[in-house]
Amino acid sequence: MRADLDIIQDWIPAGSRVLDLGCGNGELLAWLTANKQVFGYGLEIDADNIAECVSKGVNVIEQDLDKGLGNFADHSFDVVVMTQALQAVHYPDRILSEMLRVGKTCIITFPNFGHWRCRWYLASKGRMPVSDFLPYTWYNTPNIHFCTFEDFERLCRGQQATVLDRLAVDRDHINGWASRMWPNLFGEIGIYRVSGHTAMNAGQNR
Amino acid sequence: MSTAFPQDSVGLVTPQVMHFAEPLALACGRDLAEYQITYETYGELNAQRSNAVLICHALSGHHHAAGYHSPDDRKPGWWDSCIGPGKAIDTNKFFVVSLNNLGGCNGSTGPSSINPATGKPYGADFPVFTVECWVHSQARLADELGIEQWAAVVGGSLGGMQAIQWTITYPERVRHCLAIASAPKLSAQNIAFNEVARQAILTDPDFHGGHFLEHGVIPKRGLMLARMVGHITYLSDDAMGEKFGRGLKSEKLNYDFHSVEFQVESYLRYQGEEFSGRFDANTYLLMTKALDYFDPAAAHDGDLAKTLAVAKADFAVFSFTTDWRFSPARSREIVDALTASRKNVCYLEVDAPQGHDAFLMPIPRYLQAFSSYMNRIAV
Repeated sequence: MRADLDIIQDWIPAGSRVLDLGCGNGELLAWLTANKQVFGYGLEIDADNIAECVSKGVNVIEQDLDKGLGNFADHSFDVVVMTQALQAVHYPDRILSEMLRVGKTCIITFPNFGHWRCRWYLASKGRMPVSDFLPYTWYNTPNIHFCTFEDFERLCRGQQATVLDRLAVDRDHINGWASRMWPNLFGEIGIYRVSGHTAMNAGQNR
Repeated sequence: MSTAFPQDSVGLVTPQVMHFAEPLALACGRDLAEYQITYETYGELNAQRSNAVLICHALSGHHHAAGYHSPDDRKPGWWDSCIGPGKAIDTNKFFVVSLNNLGGCNGSTGPSSINPATGKPYGADFPVFTVECWVHSQARLADELGIEQWAAVVGGSLGGMQAIQWTITYPERVRHCLAIASAPKLSAQNIAFNEVARQAILTDPDFHGGHFLEHGVIPKRGLMLARMVGHITYLSDDAMGEKFGRGLKSEKLNYDFHSVEFQVESYLRYQGEEFSGRFDANTYLLMTKALDYFDPAAAHDGDLAKTLAVAKADFAVFSFTTDWRFSPARSREIVDALTASRKNVCYLEVDAPQGHDAFLMPIPRYLQAFSSYMNRIAV
């Protein structure tokens, strides 16, 4: 399984109801269904990915995240997952608030634009960073809303959401000492567990 | 000559007829005393009888869904693009049953059949059917064929409604439901179009209150108009534009009201003409009423999720972007109800220019998903 998904699955309780936003080829949901008795749906818009989900027997629903999650009831899922899609949606703030509404907890992963390589690239070359990890040019990229860990946490605070867990990892999804000490500088990918559910917030991470 | 059929065709097929002596109780309160159902089968029923697939047809459909009735047939059955060896509904794997619904005019008992009580054609005396009535009659056919449970019930448009109804009426008897280009109920606009079609038939002087066969005529003009109106709703604006544009039959305008001037007029007249020669006007009325009445959620105060809660099947719902008769939004109503009642469901919104008719077309993305879904059905 994809390394970030392997980390995420550990944060999803067995038997829970999961909504996977931008579920890709359905890898996570297929694994969770087979190994953790999870019941879930994946939302996806890429035709090839949807076809793969159908083959795998994953409950895939063709739905554009930019149109919101209005078709799902409040707190109708135990966990709402969104991996590597926050930076690609039109309104990251709206999708976050929709996730917090629909899910009891939310797991979100995204690339950290505050990583030292991005900072160094921008500072030294004065141009938008292009790397093996984020190979797109600024004018032709699916990633239209980059943010840093600090930015994301501010957005969470602004929506009265609590960060329950945070893991900053490098591109190989290893949580080294440097990214533990200075996540916003050395973490390339952020894996967050967030909740907007006030009852769950009490006493945690305060 | 049979070698002339394409490799992925079920080839030559012969319709079969099943007679039923026990009366069928209908939603309208009446009974259909005795009746026959005409059907076709493709593929072989396995020893466990676990590989049967039921095909439900749409408004003007019938039992001949795949293959050819004669080596001289110009065209195969109406859903040949999806049924055959190696196709989405793979006849190497599945035993496919396709019937003509009661009230039809292609071999099953309907308004043009002889009413045993009078010795004359039923005509207007044939009872009004609902989707649920059809499902009951299909269940009886399944009983006779020794099929306790369908691996899948599949249908497009009105056929999709029957597939959905199966999961509600006989939840234990359906493992998978595929509802394609369908809707959970008609909108006011849908009913309005049906009403225009019905009025065209009902007001035709040759209709004779539905007893036209006794007068030796058919309400050809009414049926033709009904089909023309219907046909407009099956195609998208783009598809019509692409096919006909403002193209003219002749070089110049005639400045009169009688000539067939635009290509689209010619096409619609041809469609209407062809249809009026092969379809029964009372059947058309009956089919449109069944569409109008379909609203399974009405039994639960309009709560479709609650209605579908009894279903035991897994679902596949497919819609097409340019379908404005049963738009993707209508399919999403079904999907939302299914997710709310925690059913397994796959939903595809296929980008296709063909409008409602797309469900009959060999659109690669649609066929691929259709095949993928059918392939993973355990038999």
